[in-house]
Amino acid sequence: MNKKFLNKLFEKLIEGVITLSGGITSLAVILIVIFLFKEGFGLFGRSTLQDDMVLAVNKSNPLSRIKAANVKAIFDQDVTNWKQIGGKNDSIIIVRIEDIPNYFKESQLGANFENLAPCINHLTDSLSGVILFVPKKYITSSFKGKVLPEEKVGLVDFFTGKEWYPTAVPDSRFGVLPLILGTLWVSFGAILFALPLGLAVAIYLAEIADSRIRRMLKPLIELLSGIPSVIYGFFGLVVLVPLIQSIFNLPVGETALAGSIILGIMALPTIITIAEDAMRTTPRAMKEASLALGATRWQTIYRIVIPYSISGITAAAILGIGRAIGETMAVLMVTGNAGVMPHTFLQPIRTIPATIAAELGESAQGGIHYQALFVLGCVLFVLTLLINLGVEYVSSKRKI
Amino acid sequence: MSFQVVKNIDRRKRRSEKFAFGLFRALSIFVVGILFVILGFIVMKGASAISWKFLTTMPSEGMTGGGIYPAIIGTFCLIGGSVVFSFPIGVLAAIYMNEYASKGFLVSFIRMMTNNLAGIPSIVFGLFGISLFVNTLNFGDSILAGSLTLGLLTLPVIIRTTEEALKAVDDSFRNGSYALGATKLQTIRRVVLPIAYPNIITGLILSIGRISGETAPILFIVAYFTTKLPKSIYDQVMALPYHLYVLATSGTDMEKQRPIAYGTALVLIMIVLVINLMANALRRYFSNKVKMN
Repeated sequence: MNKKFLNKLFEKLIEGVITLSGGITSLAVILIVIFLFKEGFGLFGRSTLQDDMVLAVNKSNPLSRIKAANVKAIFDQDVTNWKQIGGKNDSIIIVRIEDIPNYFKESQLGANFENLAPCINHLTDSLSGVILFVPKKYITSSFKGKVLPEEKVGLVDFFTGKEWYPTAVPDSRFGVLPLILGTLWVSFGAILFALPLGLAVAIYLAEIADSRIRRMLKPLIELLSGIPSVIYGFFGLVVLVPLIQSIFNLPVGETALAGSIILGIMALPTIITIAEDAMRTTPRAMKEASLALGATRWQTIYRIVIPYSISGITAAAILGIGRAIGETMAVLMVTGNAGVMPHTFLQPIRTIPATIAAELGESAQGGIHYQALFVLGCVLFVLTLLINLGVEYVSSKRKI
Repeated sequence: MSFQVVKNIDRRKRRSEKFAFGLFRALSIFVVGILFVILGFIVMKGASAISWKFLTTMPSEGMTGGGIYPAIIGTFCLIGGSVVFSFPIGVLAAIYMNEYASKGFLVSFIRMMTNNLAGIPSIVFGLFGISLFVNTLNFGDSILAGSLTLGLLTLPVIIRTTEEALKAVDDSFRNGSYALGATKLQTIRRVVLPIAYPNIITGLILSIGRISGETAPILFIVAYFTTKLPKSIYDQVMALPYHLYVLATSGTDMEKQRPIAYGTALVLIMIVLVINLMANALRRYFSNKVKMN
């Protein structure tokens, strides 16, 4: 009696564990969403200036705020006169904290720079074209210059900005448009080449090849998907990149084209497997009816099999794109990682995953750059989520 | 329509069929050819770099000399760690979805989440791993954090293959067991799992292949370079795929690093190949056995 009770208890316990395990993937997805957004959320509304730094100008300067893009232009010395950005006609004098000793003698600054704050104050007051970039603690209450309001990272700027300079001094620039377009560009190129090729192989495997050849090819194609992405990247780097460089006579071979080809190869197994599975579901009766009407096998394939399995083929294409969008290592190694707006396939390009992979290691935890990379992760997550939902939608239609 | 016209149409049809089939065959051979080109290239270039010494010594002279021993050990540590975590949970989750959950909203929701988890890019897992395991739970850059991240990544693969295996077990087995008075758990343990386990094992082995090659999720967790072997799960290790990435893209002397990179790539490919072949052999072995019964 007692043993029976224990057994029952034991059974209930195990079943509880099994039930809990059932929820693990849902829990994981929810946790991923929470942690990605938690880390990235603080980015918006944060100042693009480095922490505890401040920008100031002479108080006679008519500009009351300078856009972050203009600040960058000034400090890159692309802009040398205030007139160029809408101020009065006066040449711009850039003063960083390390420039201060050029203007004062050591005795004026004090042995341990204890007079730095008054000196900065004096300098700002005396030079009418000055722009000052110093730590906040040197701006005292008697400061005679004009402190510029901090530029914030805005949602719109983030997604429409064309410049990605996350570590630029003094103002970092976070425009993810080139990265998003770069990702889509490379993935689109990959699918352009992988979809026709993958479909051809899927048709061959599903309809043409006899079972002996099929049994031989299938594991090989599975193996193609088993090869680690870093191997594809390495192969692309040492074989494909020099090849492209010499064929198109380019200064660098690391291009969007190289990325697309490698990604295309990596997406092939996904496309082939799913499209072939879809084609195999075509009812035998349909095919036989077509053949009985005098159609050739080829006519049967493109008039019966392909239209019947079109939703599966669409799903294959979408999943292939999804695979390409999220792929990191291979792209990182062969595309050259230049964060510019894509124009041709023969230029270096930078994708979202490659940006995260290349930059997270060097960004300080909790810093603005770190947060921006997590927002990129969120963007990537949302992109792939949409793709998955698209696949669910397409395949749910098939059942009806 | 005269006989001649019909014959002409017929000939044209045959010709286009011949052309299309020939093209598809050629393209299929081309795709498999890509595989052999990549494998052949790595094997040819890497074979000369591999020696017993290469496999069992520490890297030296700023990675321009020596072997890849710590990277091999590190990879096996990460595989072991993630397997311990993901195998039981994955198999249990699949059992829940196939045997317990009644068909309805909950199961379709869980299935959708599993599909979504499978579709999340590996680099996002990397971000998540950094945020939760390394920073929030304070595991640091350790085997533990890396294994958990990789385990999470392979969970959907394991769940899916296990579910397929369970689905393949005919319901008559279950009903027969119930008819003999067995409880649900007994049925699963004594009837369903023994029939399904060859396919489950195959799926698990394939997921090991996936773990051993993943780089992006552990990019920020594994070591760039270390000559210390791990002593506990809180130690940092090197990993083969990341080592290959480092050798290929950065470092002090590209010329000297290339042979080591080829060797590393070959070792990595060998591991993946052996795992795949093993899974295929198992699948064939068990399917023959089932046929005989």
